[in-house]
Amino acid sequence: MKIAIASGKGGTGKTTLSSNLAAYISEKEKVVLCDLDVEEPNSGLFIKGKLIHKEDKFKMVPSWDSNKCTFCGLCQDVCNYNAVIKLEDKIMVFPDLCHSCYACSELCPENALPMIPEKMGELKHFESGDISFIESHLDVGREQAVPLISQTIEYVDEHFPKETIRLYDSPPGTSCPVIEATKEVDFVILITEPTPFGFHDLKLAIETMKKMEKEFAVVINRYGIGNDDVLNYCKDNDIPLLAKIPNDRYIAELYSSGELIYTRVPEVKKQLKHVYDYILKLKENNEV
Amino acid sequence: MKIAFTTKGIEWDSMMDPRFGRTEYILMYDEEKDELANFDNRAIEGEAHGAGPKTAQKLLELKPEILITGNGPGGNASSVLEQSGTKIFVGAGEMTTKQAYDAYKKNELKAL
Repeated sequence: MKIAIASGKGGTGKTTLSSNLAAYISEKEKVVLCDLDVEEPNSGLFIKGKLIHKEDKFKMVPSWDSNKCTFCGLCQDVCNYNAVIKLEDKIMVFPDLCHSCYACSELCPENALPMIPEKMGELKHFESGDISFIESHLDVGREQAVPLISQTIEYVDEHFPKETIRLYDSPPGTSCPVIEATKEVDFVILITEPTPFGFHDLKLAIETMKKMEKEFAVVINRYGIGNDDVLNYCKDNDIPLLAKIPNDRYIAELYSSGELIYTRVPEVKKQLKHVYDYILKLKENNEV
Repeated sequence: MKIAFTTKGIEWDSMMDPRFGRTEYILMYDEEKDELANFDNRAIEGEAHGAGPKTAQKLLELKPEILITGNGPGGNASSVLEQSGTKIFVGAGEMTTKQAYDAYKKNELKAL
């Protein structure tokens, strides 16, 4: 079963929830935690495991062969991303704009744009008790997270049985990386804070998930600050509210020192149990 | 000298467009012929990616010797523009095209 933990607004507690929920679930059953926020993965700060595998990740980009090119310009015309630009005497390729669709390469009548692999990042696989932790890290200077996110999900799919609960710590926002991280999941947990900013971005995230026809529910973090807008909105729109993690300085202190929270704060453990129970119910109903 | 401007309109009085890649128009002034030509670049609005290199390529086809713009091209656009000898002047984003031209003539714009 694949569950994404996403947010809309950044800094609302995706990693707090992902890492603590993974550790909590691992007390009962095997669980996979996968950090898909490849631009700045940080779940690994809280899950200290043994590195059992790492591999470089590559994406395919066209490489121009000046000897074969006749400057017909077809490559540039078929590129939807302006990643291939024809000049008077050369073809320029912009790997960070390229979406590896192969159109230029396949359609080039002279085979002058063969695809070659270009390193974009690194995947690491750790084991810690009953948690399998996978994270990928985009190389500094790379702009595109999507291909690495997609390859990281592929790695998880290949290495773990379908029925194992997989938690995807997703990137923030509602753009391509979030879509990639959530598009194949069975369920999305949207975590927010009860502030006007948190509420605003939660609504964007909800709209996104509705468009993708995803089943989703909400968790409120730092409950106690802000106002009741999120609560009321969930109630009025029949959106399940799974848990309320209290606003507590001690929680922030634990987080800042890279510690798990639920083992020290009983209320958080109780809230995680709500989430886990909901997941078990979903699992039963959907048999996924 | 052929001078290109990134602009929001097609007249000398039109405001400059501070953006390079997503500029609405490119105005080309041919000093010898004293002619002002315009090129509509508004289709770029529909491009989610790669506006910079796309506009840069269009600009290179016009073969200007000078480009006057606002914020200046980004990394991808610059690497295209580097393929030509076009000299780039920035900082004219808040001016009209005429003011930008005068400022260039008086050496008041920053060269990249």
